[in-house]
Amino acid sequence: MLELIQRLFARDTPSSKDVARERLRMVLVHDRANVAPQVWEALKVDLIRVISRYLDIDEASMDVQLQTEKDSVALVASIPVRRVKRPSDGGQALGPGVGAAP
Amino acid sequence: MITSGKGGVGKTTTSANLGAALASLGKSVVLIDADIGLRNLDVVMGLENRIVYHLVDVVDGYCRLNQALIKDKRFDNLCLLPAAQTKDKTAVTPDQMRQLCKELRGDFDFVLVDCPAGIEQGFKNAIAGADTAIIVATPEVSSVRDADRIIGLLEAESMPSPRLIINRLRPAMVRRGDMMGISDILDILAIDLLGVVPDDESIVVSTNRGEPAVLQPASRAGQAYRNIGRRLLGETVPYLNLEETPGLFGRLKRLFGASG
Repeated sequence: MLELIQRLFARDTPSSKDVARERLRMVLVHDRANVAPQVWEALKVDLIRVISRYLDIDEASMDVQLQTEKDSVALVASIPVRRVKRPSDGGQALGPGVGAAP
Repeated sequence: MITSGKGGVGKTTTSANLGAALASLGKSVVLIDADIGLRNLDVVMGLENRIVYHLVDVVDGYCRLNQALIKDKRFDNLCLLPAAQTKDKTAVTPDQMRQLCKELRGDFDFVLVDCPAGIEQGFKNAIAGADTAIIVATPEVSSVRDADRIIGLLEAESMPSPRLIINRLRPAMVRRGDMMGISDILDILAIDLLGVVPDDESIVVSTNRGEPAVLQPASRAGQAYRNIGRRLLGETVPYLNLEETPGLFGRLKRLFGASG
């Protein structure tokens, strides 16, 4: 009896079309990222430019990836920071600061 | 060019029916079967017994173009250039295709290229010859995925944004939540919709007979294709009402958990 009532009111099982839509969305994030390497490179260049306004970063060791969890995709960037720029730096790199980690 | 990526979604059926629809609206149309080695447009059109020369004969210079063109049984202004059955897709180069389409453009209002499935030579040849693309997709995961890839490839070739035909839609399944609907697919692919064709048994019958469904007034798919033909000519045509509004009985059934 409880099951019948649950069946009448429960909408917690996603329909197969919703499952399909979500799977497609995630698979296409990967497909499109893989197929357009020049877009990926442009993304990295833009990221470097913006972040470099505030932080002096190690571009060569920078890693940017799409990571898939159970039901979501995330852009994960691991960017080694050499030092934090002061406003007086004005965007010019002065080299690694005293005591900064390599 | 009529393409899809995925095979079996209805490119050839769409090419045949669009060709017939446009011809019935008074335009001159040539259909090119670019699926060399696996030709089918001839059979769907019912013209398989009239093939003398084919596409490869023409590009190899073995015959003149107008010797290979087959006039349709029903329309004077509709012609078919069949594919070769014994060659393969490497028998035609993109440059040859470009030249062929250039020649045909001068003589016909519409040149429709029925692409083979895939993204290899046949697809590349069609891109070389075509100005615009129509993508055919069914509401299934693999078809939509492949369509997305095709859109990316067409963009990389600087083709104008393709338009989409959603084929084999089953409104009852969409209502039940078992099939992706029009808005789901448009959200994902983000291209303009040209038309929606319902899944229809009359397509099987029309292929059996070699008579495009647009010629059958009772065919829903045929009606959809006729509407697409009108849209291609710039007319604004409302979409077929494929959704059946559930009656009171249907609503009661759903309330008590019955399927369907």
